[in-house]
Amino acid sequence: MQGVITVLGKDRVGIIAQVCGYLSGRGINILDISQTIVQGYFNMMMIVELGSLAGQNFEQCADELQTLGKSIGVEIKLQHEEIFNTMHRI
Amino acid sequence: MLSKMEIQETNRMIAEANLDVRTITMGISLLDCAAETLPRFCERCYDKITRSAARLVRVGDDIALQYGIPVVNKRISVTPIAQAAASLCADAAQYAEIARTLDRAAREVGVNFIGGFSALVQKGSTQSDLALVHSIPEALAQTERVCASVNVGSTRAGINMNAVARMGRIIKQTALLTRDSGSVGCAKLVVFCNAVEDNPFMAGAFHGAGERDLVINVGVSGPGVVKRALEQVRGADFETVCETVKRTAFKITRVGQLVAREAARRLEVPFGIIDLSLAPTPAVGDSIAEILQEMGLDTPGAPGSTAALAILNDNVKKGGIMASSYVGGLSGAFIPVSEDHGMIEAVQLGALTLEKLEAMTCVCSVGLDMIAIPGDTPAETISGIILDEMAIGMINNKTTAVRLIPVAGKNAGDTAKFGGLLGEAPIMEVNRFGCAEFMRRGGRIPAPIHGFRN
Repeated sequence: MQGVITVLGKDRVGIIAQVCGYLSGRGINILDISQTIVQGYFNMMMIVELGSLAGQNFEQCADELQTLGKSIGVEIKLQHEEIFNTMHRI
Repeated sequence: MLSKMEIQETNRMIAEANLDVRTITMGISLLDCAAETLPRFCERCYDKITRSAARLVRVGDDIALQYGIPVVNKRISVTPIAQAAASLCADAAQYAEIARTLDRAAREVGVNFIGGFSALVQKGSTQSDLALVHSIPEALAQTERVCASVNVGSTRAGINMNAVARMGRIIKQTALLTRDSGSVGCAKLVVFCNAVEDNPFMAGAFHGAGERDLVINVGVSGPGVVKRALEQVRGADFETVCETVKRTAFKITRVGQLVAREAARRLEVPFGIIDLSLAPTPAVGDSIAEILQEMGLDTPGAPGSTAALAILNDNVKKGGIMASSYVGGLSGAFIPVSEDHGMIEAVQLGALTLEKLEAMTCVCSVGLDMIAIPGDTPAETISGIILDEMAIGMINNKTTAVRLIPVAGKNAGDTAKFGGLLGEAPIMEVNRFGCAEFMRRGGRIPAPIHGFRN
């Protein structure tokens, strides 16, 4: 099971470090990462392997990432890959 | 692997174009709650609803978090109460007690509306139907979350004219009893022709007799997403417009399908249908009127409006039907005046009249929806407006509905405020010529010739 993490907000030092630190603490592997900065605005997308992180754990993880985002002034969203697959793949 | 473009497209739809799942509605049969006494019936209904839907709101919120898409409303529809409570031989006061029980159950599980305080009287009324209909004004005045509906016509049965005449009076009484809050009771009362049994949208939702014990129906929305997509094809020909709407509707419906399946799995309740209606909200960017303008109309109500709505409705269906095997409910575009800021503006400009709205309802999924009219409109005139809409539904073999609000103490040009999702509505002018003699005839209009398809 894969998840998509998007990070949006004003650029500052250490955003990637903070997010990656959290993921590594959780044992979540990053499969793909892309990042752009347009006029000081930070935009990152990650595809991560969630392994057996299902149900309650997924929601807790999404919650914790949101909280982490608030503490560093960006918006972090973890979504189950299925919403993108369903919309764009037949 | 997913591309960056795909992820961005989906998330832009959610963040910038108000893509959401409008409602997860749990249908609950109350047929097995029949009892010999009113208190026992109420107790059984309360227990079944609160037990079946205990986790509904929580599950809706969890799914929203899992996929990162808002699930706006969690709701319940129940068996038409006039059927479920028929064995009680109850009077109107007792039916109001049942409404209060439904209200308590809805509050207990945290849903904002419960639909099914309903009667199906297209061919005739039972004692139970009559008692329920007469209890509607009191029931809606004394409850917050209960929605009522009455089906007065169908293509197979014709139109029950006694019921149409009665509903004019019931709507007036409901307006009067809720006059302190902008006659808001009428916003929770729908009169139908060809009502569907699996509609997840309020106020007209009920759980039909042909449905299973429990079911999950989902209503998706996204007028903003369609509008955004059309912005990309400005000036293009109609083939491109249709193709764009169709593709967008497909994507929206796929999300609804995903959410519906997941909700059904988590709640351990079978999945019923996806209703792919485009339902606006008062928010800017979540409007059917904006889509019509994007297509090239100055304002809704301008010549071309009916055709624009027809194109929109048809292509939403075409796109949606490809995305889910079980499409049902109303499925099309809603044009409630009070819930769409663009429609409100069109009325205020004088571009959109009741008559033009009526024409537009011939080609979209519902009918005259959330329309505020002067409080002194005669009951016969309200019945006449209902009847015209029912005739459109009956002859065209489609669902039509009327949700009129004769706002007590207000005149054409005033504004009524309902708050929340119900928004506000300009009071529209009603044709001042009467139809009282016509309405007094009573009886039943026979089914149209194409109702006999056997």
